[in-house]
Amino acid sequence: MATNQNQSPKQNSTEPKPCLSGRGLTKVFGVGKVQTVAVDHVDFDFNEGEIISIVGESGSGKTTLSKMLLGLISTTEGTIEYQGKPRDISTNAKKKEYWKNIQPIFQDPFSSYNIFYKIDAVLDDCLNMRGFKNLPEEQKIQMKTEACSFVNLKYAELTNKYPFELSGGQMQRLMIARIFLLKPKILMADEPTSMIDACSRATILDMLLKLRDEINMTIIFITHDIGLAYYISDKVYIMEHGKFVESGSAEDVIINPQADYTKRLISDVPKIYEKWDLDTVAN
Amino acid sequence: MGKVMLEVKDLKTKYVTRFHEDVYAVDGVSLKVEEGKSLGIAGESGCGKSTLALSLMGYYFAPLHYISGDIIVDGQTISNMKPDDVRRKILGNEIAYIPQAAMNALNPTQKIIRFIEDVIHAHGIKMTKKEIYDMARERFAELGLPEEVLEKHAVELSGGMKQRTVIAISTILSPKVLIADEPSSALDVTSQKMVIRMMRQLMEKGYIKSMIFITHELPLLYNVTDDIAVMYAGQFVELGTAKEMVFDPVHPYAKGLMGSIIVPEEGMKAHELTALRGTPPNLKNPPKGCRFAPRCPYAVPTCTAMAPDEKEFENGRCYRCLMSVRKLREVYANGNESKPEPETEFD
Repeated sequence: MATNQNQSPKQNSTEPKPCLSGRGLTKVFGVGKVQTVAVDHVDFDFNEGEIISIVGESGSGKTTLSKMLLGLISTTEGTIEYQGKPRDISTNAKKKEYWKNIQPIFQDPFSSYNIFYKIDAVLDDCLNMRGFKNLPEEQKIQMKTEACSFVNLKYAELTNKYPFELSGGQMQRLMIARIFLLKPKILMADEPTSMIDACSRATILDMLLKLRDEINMTIIFITHDIGLAYYISDKVYIMEHGKFVESGSAEDVIINPQADYTKRLISDVPKIYEKWDLDTVAN
Repeated sequence: MGKVMLEVKDLKTKYVTRFHEDVYAVDGVSLKVEEGKSLGIAGESGCGKSTLALSLMGYYFAPLHYISGDIIVDGQTISNMKPDDVRRKILGNEIAYIPQAAMNALNPTQKIIRFIEDVIHAHGIKMTKKEIYDMARERFAELGLPEEVLEKHAVELSGGMKQRTVIAISTILSPKVLIADEPSSALDVTSQKMVIRMMRQLMEKGYIKSMIFITHELPLLYNVTDDIAVMYAGQFVELGTAKEMVFDPVHPYAKGLMGSIIVPEEGMKAHELTALRGTPPNLKNPPKGCRFAPRCPYAVPTCTAMAPDEKEFENGRCYRCLMSVRKLREVYANGNESKPEPETEFD
């Protein structure tokens, strides 16, 4: 059930610790005359244990930014700091080490799994990645069962199945079970609810909140739906054409938006408590 | 009361799988849409929304089969017509249907104007190319679509523009009923708003007389349609005006569905987000008794034994539950105490 999202997690009165920060981060695609600046000199500090939303339209550079933070694509300019130190992913070994701390959930659960792996193998992989390869079998099963019950799935019924035998919502929940096993410091959730039903959406959001509350995970939530961002996040960054046009606490940004772009994004979402103004449409 | 544009009486249709199993996807749906009104149909994936949309066209092709019930469009019963007659006389003329991925239906090698010529010729209307072009240009201008679109190919248009173009093409003959199945769910919020605005213009300018809008996004339905029906396992579980349904749902399933609404407004604070557990039943052999009983937090043993009928209460609202409205409201008012703890379960 819903927890109150606006109370900060188990945070001490001490200063919030930045977990991931970026300075002048830029990504340019293309060479020569045909260049697209996807992310344009963005600065940010994502603190530990916070849920941060990055909101923008299609093509605003949200996913490019997330891929840079994940280390899947190189940066053109700028630096990324992880826990106060410059991030180093120059070698494969270092990259693997970094990925122990940052894990993604992608938009499309149907294409996120290896179709040749059974669910059991998917979960085993996570344990191996955390160095539990040589644990006794019972202990492994216990951990996997715990992870599955965290997302309201029954491990015993899943072992012999393939991911594609599950529904979209179940697959996305299994993805969260993986995250629960891996316990990364940062979770990068790239539109995790856009391909699934509005009804299963609430379940996924609640599980993300639970991850934050129980493991103090930093969650970077990428979405185009400002309503979701308002519900789930502590901080919101609004992205337009590769730049952050507005940022701050979810309350400030969404209830009192300053930038025109934010106002437009909010006005584009259907409302139920106020009148939805259909006449102002930007072309 | 306005003139009834679309009336459906106890419609039942089924899918026959290749193993000759019957899947009862629409099981006794009745509805009525008056002139100038719109009806929204909400429900989660797999509840039969899209099958209902297909069934309403009156044009059945395997694996979808018609069982019983009447579909009456402006006084004309179409459910007993031959498929070829339905295709020639009803589709496009009387009923227009926009499927979920409508924009993928545009042939990339043809200009948009060719599709419009196709629609007009397929219905046996004699018009020259020039007349068709003028008509299309006028209609596009009325709907706020640029004229250049007519001379473009589908690949040159953005997703939102493609979707709006498809809607404009399919309503070019001014049908009486428009059935839109998730017309905006593949689009981002800005394009979605433009699609919705266009559908409203179609209604206001009288190009369509009534509309059925299917989606799982409830805030959208609330803003677009006059009435909302909530569908579960092939049946309507509740039907009422948009406002009643969003702010005062009666059926436990409708209540759960309305609890999943997320909007960026201050009012959200007071709103408790609820998650429905479990998945819809398999319609090959739907549960005996109330179909929602296995997932219902308020179910009592009688619920699994006796199937509730659709009952009417308070000027035209209908619901399908064994409990009385008064009792249900009492249970909701008492809050979480009567709610059993959610168990861990597979589905």
